[in-house]
Amino acid sequence: MTAVPAPRIEPGKTRHARITGGILIGLAILTAVVFAPDGTGIATFRLSRPTDALVLPNLVVPAVPFIYAAAAVLAFLGARQFLRGGTRWTSLSMGIGLAVAVAAFLVWATTGKAFSLTGMLQATMVRAVPIALGGLAGVLSERVAVVNIAIEGMLLAGAFTGALVGSLLGGMGGLAAAVAIGGLFGFILAALVVTYRMDQIIAGVVINLLVLGLTSYVSSQVFQEYRYLNNAPVFRAVKVPLLGDIPILGPMFFQQNIFVYGALIMVGVATYYLFHTRMGLRARAVGEHPRAADTLGINVYRTRYINVTLAGMVAGFGGAWFTLGSVGRFDEGMTGGRGYIGLAAMIFGRWHPVGALAAALVFGFADSLQQKLALLQTPIPSEFLAMAPYVATIIVVAGLVGRARPPAADGKPYVKE
Amino acid sequence: MDIELRGITKRFGPVTANEDVNLSIRSGEVLGLLGENGAGKSTLMNVLCGLYSPTDGEILIDGVPATFDGPGDAIRAGIGMVHQHFMLVPVFTVTENVVLGVERTGRFDHLDLATARAQVHAINDQYGLHVDPDALVENLPVGVQQRVEIIKVLFRSADVLILDEPTAVLTPQEVDDFFQIIKALRDAGKALVFITHKLNEILEIADRISVIRNGRIVGEGLPKDLTRPQLAEMMVGRPVSFDVVKKPFAPGGTLLETRDLTVLRDTDEIAIDHLNLTVRSGEIVGIAGVQGNGQSALIEVLTGLRRATEGQVMFDGQDITRTSVRERHRLGIAHIPEDRQTVGLIKNFTVAENMVLDTYYDARFSRGPRVDWAQVNKVSAGFVRDFDIRTPSVFQAAGHLSGGNQQKLVVARELSRETKLLIAGQPTRGLDVGSIEYIHKRLIAARDEGDGVLIVSSELDEIMALSDRILVMFKGRIVAEYDANAGPVDKSAIGLAMAGAAA
Repeated sequence: MTAVPAPRIEPGKTRHARITGGILIGLAILTAVVFAPDGTGIATFRLSRPTDALVLPNLVVPAVPFIYAAAAVLAFLGARQFLRGGTRWTSLSMGIGLAVAVAAFLVWATTGKAFSLTGMLQATMVRAVPIALGGLAGVLSERVAVVNIAIEGMLLAGAFTGALVGSLLGGMGGLAAAVAIGGLFGFILAALVVTYRMDQIIAGVVINLLVLGLTSYVSSQVFQEYRYLNNAPVFRAVKVPLLGDIPILGPMFFQQNIFVYGALIMVGVATYYLFHTRMGLRARAVGEHPRAADTLGINVYRTRYINVTLAGMVAGFGGAWFTLGSVGRFDEGMTGGRGYIGLAAMIFGRWHPVGALAAALVFGFADSLQQKLALLQTPIPSEFLAMAPYVATIIVVAGLVGRARPPAADGKPYVKE
Repeated sequence: MDIELRGITKRFGPVTANEDVNLSIRSGEVLGLLGENGAGKSTLMNVLCGLYSPTDGEILIDGVPATFDGPGDAIRAGIGMVHQHFMLVPVFTVTENVVLGVERTGRFDHLDLATARAQVHAINDQYGLHVDPDALVENLPVGVQQRVEIIKVLFRSADVLILDEPTAVLTPQEVDDFFQIIKALRDAGKALVFITHKLNEILEIADRISVIRNGRIVGEGLPKDLTRPQLAEMMVGRPVSFDVVKKPFAPGGTLLETRDLTVLRDTDEIAIDHLNLTVRSGEIVGIAGVQGNGQSALIEVLTGLRRATEGQVMFDGQDITRTSVRERHRLGIAHIPEDRQTVGLIKNFTVAENMVLDTYYDARFSRGPRVDWAQVNKVSAGFVRDFDIRTPSVFQAAGHLSGGNQQKLVVARELSRETKLLIAGQPTRGLDVGSIEYIHKRLIAARDEGDGVLIVSSELDEIMALSDRILVMFKGRIVAEYDANAGPVDKSAIGLAMAGAAA
């Protein structure tokens, strides 16, 4: 009847844009009202340490103007969502908005004090390591369609074994043992879910509980008595020549210990493996369409065993970070859910190794932020600050991920005809 | 390359799927293998492509006996299969799909996709396939995906191509293109086996025809010597009538009417665009159109499974735009869904349970909160008899029935209550000739009893055989209308309208 074609109606996207806009404007109000400090203050950010080869001057930020500017940016981004929302800029606006809000928060917390940005970024990288490796382990196993909840347990097993064997044989021995034990648990998971077709979530939870129980028992019963069994050496930071002297980025990436370098290398190798090799192409085919892979003569079961075992080894290496990479000693449940945050990093990183690393840096930032803020003595109770990494996880996974798509066969056992 | 199957017998325990089958496949020739679903076509081809080993008999390749221990052996011998359900990874590119399993690599296991891409181009050019090697498979139409499957087989240098029900998923235009490709392959000296249950297609494309029924070859011949009725009789085992007998057209009042109906897809694109249509009682309205032009959304919005964004749906004089599915059932709307496997049935439920999915709550079957299963089973057994559903008992899981019997079960459930309007989506897709004949009879019976019937089908022949009025849907609108009772309708005109020429 009507000659004029109807305008495109897009309620879903419009709603998403409005929610994003609402959140951004809420952040703008919060920034302007709560963070607007009483009196004039100056926040000082140190960009280098006096011992560095290249010493940068301190970054001095006048707090009030900065915070109002941040609020204005947030309000602009939010208003833009209402006026021109529903485009691909929605997620980007949200990301920028969150970053601006965090910067404003940091300036507010630092007002009248000094804060080492370099130290903060260095700590971000360090704290991102177990999350990135956990996420990488998740990528490796979910790319072959095995959901790996057991990463938490593999991290814990790696931490424990690293401490125990490290105490007896030294750091390298401990690290090798941690990798081996991670691989063992990866193999066990593969056997349970591939050969015996056990539910993947339940198999993962079983492994987590088993590792938690075993390590807690040994650490409370045995380590208490024989303290020399839980006294491992710690890998020290090694500065990479030249690269380590780059301002800001140098300390973050090139003045670190073996775990940071290991994580960076593994992310690179895994990316090459998954997307540029024959084995990687086959692994991804197994995760997307195992029946097709099977008809083309690819051994679905063997591919899954290999990749899940590799994932376990990566997680075991990441686990050793908790003991050999930081304190040299094992404590009960010391992984504190980093394996699960690793899985969140995997999702946020869209099942890509580099994405998982980037996501892990976001979580690592939240983690180190709460640690540094506790030192600055903000009015916020430290218990609330300690929630930061987990709150960041929820915000990121629920709000920012958008339509990330897991491998098509993810979580489904494959039954040959 | 020529292949002889000699005395092939395949048994699964006590069940004999193929018995003493002799078949010859010759290069430069299309062998049409005709048979109903469950006749043993697929088992036979799985023997040939190495998935099953035969219980008895032998396979000769160019006169030399061959044994296959797995699909790999058959591929190496030059036998490739294009499966009915595509074996493609949707998120991979065409080239990645083609090389999967036979990848060339450089140092450090590095994939050499450049060489493969060039080979895909060469195959493209040789057979006129027109497939972009860098496109993601999930973005390709089904017809092009099928060509990717063919490239996959050719890339593995197959000389024998087995095509299992290749046209089941194609639109009429795509079938024409596909037949061109088959001819090009045949002229290049490939041997092709074309498996189907569609008589028209086998007569059009095959050079020789073998008919299989109950696991045995029951007839062979050349297309020029065979007629449709002969082939159908061989395939089904009894004479099949293609003539549709209808009572004289005597439409009643308007039953269903849509007014400026606009509906969105889940992705917020417009599926139906200000659509107006009417269905009167006592008439069959057929909607033709290439899949993806809003037909599915139309069925969903009429049956209450999808919300209308704008416009109205009127039924029997009342506005049902926002009426619930159950209320629509109560008003007398019956629905035969497009996908019986996922929408029409619950596969793990028994025949009896499926039979009362829409009526279990009414007084016949419920005693307070309790379902009277004895009554359900008794009534279901009656329907199983009335609708000729072949099942061992009403306690059989619906998923274990053949496609034809599953569809009969859906039809039985929908038509066994008081109905005024029947909405059927792809009512005979994937069914054998016998079941198609039966379902058509039931649809016509509903019309003759004074129901309005709305049929959506991508089979143009079906629409033309059944409909009193034919509507063509294109991009969410009705772009053409034909009155089938006024005289013969020009099939090619409909085809053009389906392609958007009338819009």
